[in-house]
Amino acid sequence: MTTTATKPGGARARAAIAAKTLRTDNWRLAPLITVVGLGGWVAYATVRVFMHDFYWVEDYHYLTPFYSPCITDRCVTDAAHFGTYLPGWWVIPEASFTLPFLLLFRLTCYYYRKAYYRSFWASPPACAVPDGHKTYSGETRFPLIFQNAHRYAFYAAGIISIINTYDAIVAFRSPDGFGFGLGNVILVLNVVMLWAYTLSCHSCRHIAGGRLKHFSKHPVRYRFWTFVSKLNVRHMQLAWITLGTLALTDFYIMAVSAGWFGDLRFIN
Amino acid sequence: MGAKRHFRVWRGDETGGDLQDYQVEVNEGEVVLDIIHRLQATETPDLACRWNCKAGKCGSCSMEINGMPRLGCMTRMSTFEESETVTVTPLRTFPVIRDLVTDVNFNYQKARETPAFAPPEDLAPGEYRMQQVDVERSQEFRKCIECFLCQNVCHVVRDHEENKKAFSGPRYFIRAAELDMHPLDAKTDRKDYAQASMGLGYCNITKCCTEVCPEHITITDNAIIPMKERVVDRRYDPIVWLGRKIFRRDQLSEGDGLGMSGLPQADGHGAEHKSGVNWHREVPAPQVAPVGDDGKLPISEITFDRAGGPSPFGDDVTFPLPPEGLNYAHPDRDK
Ligand code: SF4
Ligand code: SF4
Ligand code: FES
Repeated sequence: MTTTATKPGGARARAAIAAKTLRTDNWRLAPLITVVGLGGWVAYATVRVFMHDFYWVEDYHYLTPFYSPCITDRCVTDAAHFGTYLPGWWVIPEASFTLPFLLLFRLTCYYYRKAYYRSFWASPPACAVPDGHKTYSGETRFPLIFQNAHRYAFYAAGIISIINTYDAIVAFRSPDGFGFGLGNVILVLNVVMLWAYTLSCHSCRHIAGGRLKHFSKHPVRYRFWTFVSKLNVRHMQLAWITLGTLALTDFYIMAVSAGWFGDLRFIN
Repeated sequence: MGAKRHFRVWRGDETGGDLQDYQVEVNEGEVVLDIIHRLQATETPDLACRWNCKAGKCGSCSMEINGMPRLGCMTRMSTFEESETVTVTPLRTFPVIRDLVTDVNFNYQKARETPAFAPPEDLAPGEYRMQQVDVERSQEFRKCIECFLCQNVCHVVRDHEENKKAFSGPRYFIRAAELDMHPLDAKTDRKDYAQASMGLGYCNITKCCTEVCPEHITITDNAIIPMKERVVDRRYDPIVWLGRKIFRRDQLSEGDGLGMSGLPQADGHGAEHKSGVNWHREVPAPQVAPVGDDGKLPISEITFDRAGGPSPFGDDVTFPLPPEGLNYAHPDRDK
């Protein structure tokens, strides 16, 4: 009989390799880009949310997604499509009903989790690079066990996407009836991308059909699952694209609203 | 004749070791494993390394090349600069045996704990019928060659040895997903098992397993996340949770899942229940292989007294080996 070279026993030693990582490529770059990108975006969004101004273009009915739906007493009457329920205190964002859910949706998103666990939490900073922490329990305990609630944030995000779609449709107006300009193109682009991002969510993929055992018995759900799966492959790209389109939309509306430049009108 | 290139190879065993420098000839079209073989053929005949197929299909030649877990036989030398030093080390996560060879037993233990395929009881073999769309998802995971690169790169066990007990690793998550998605698998508790006994919650979906898989299995997106979502269905859905509380069906406490794996129940080996594996147990020694005076197996039937090829393991050994003779203990019985 063959003999093995090992003597089985208690915990045995790993190879004693002095270097913490032997990677020679530039593994710091990806987490760095994530930190800069996410950090910059969060900074911009925070400033904008607490600016309480330049969110509405009266003439063309443009409302920035950062203030939609506008529900505090500060809101311009025309912009408050859904009524106002909250006092106009400066710490209360105009979109207090939606922003927390959007934040939750992106915080618990399977892609963003990867991104910030790697870049902000160094757990691990890159593959085959040591984890920056002594102990590790992953998502098994409080608070990270709540990452499992992603699905509910997805439902909320779906509803919010409907509101954003409504905003984009309402914006096809000008002082004299129908009209559209560059602002509309940007708003519609943003909404399309938001839908693509929301529908490409891993929870959506599961709900659409991933949870089934027999695709053959549910042909419609199978087709929907196939569609979501195709989008899902691009979830990371869509996550970044929507950050871009959100910031762009908001910036454009801020600029037009503040009168830095006028809206480029195609019709009316 | 190719140019000489600089290599650093980790040499040593469990008592210690270090990186050693070599200048080795590299020719066009070669892979890292070729260079290891050239080292064995020239400077270091005792360099230990595992390999089999040299075609990326056996999963034996897993090693770390310039710090990244890779297959030696699938890493072309042309991907490195001429002047670049190539550093080759054994897998970090598993105990080292010698040089580039590690003891990957951890993975085999986790494999045995994972509950096997369980078709419906009233279905006889040969009566299995399933549609392609139903098995498609599971088929992706069958591409696995068990190289254990994913198990090795996963920071849950790579950087936290203490998690090895609770965490089965990505390779077994794809196994769990494969079976849970399988149209003919009748086991309904795989989700609970994955959560309670395989440590699915330890994974923070940072996707290193997907990055290193030589078979390009999208481990995280197609297996781990769907499994996490399935667990949410069962365990974290507030409506389900409430129903369980009300109807007192919430009996699935931690660790309950252990023992679901369908392994043969422990029989007479009482000692194992308390102390884990009894490594010193006497297993009846098999007959020696029927070698001739020269210490070699007979070359053909003509020079041999029996029909058929002789077994190098001895004629009384049959495969699979009877479970009583294996050094394996189920973790639940370790306690
Ligand atoms: S995605 Fe999960 S299982 Fe895969 S390497 Fe990362 S932590 Fe480990
Ligand atoms: S899943 Fe991929 S990396 Fe993991 S053992 Fe299988 S082939 Fe290797
Ligand atoms: S030798 Fe078989 S995978 Fe490399």
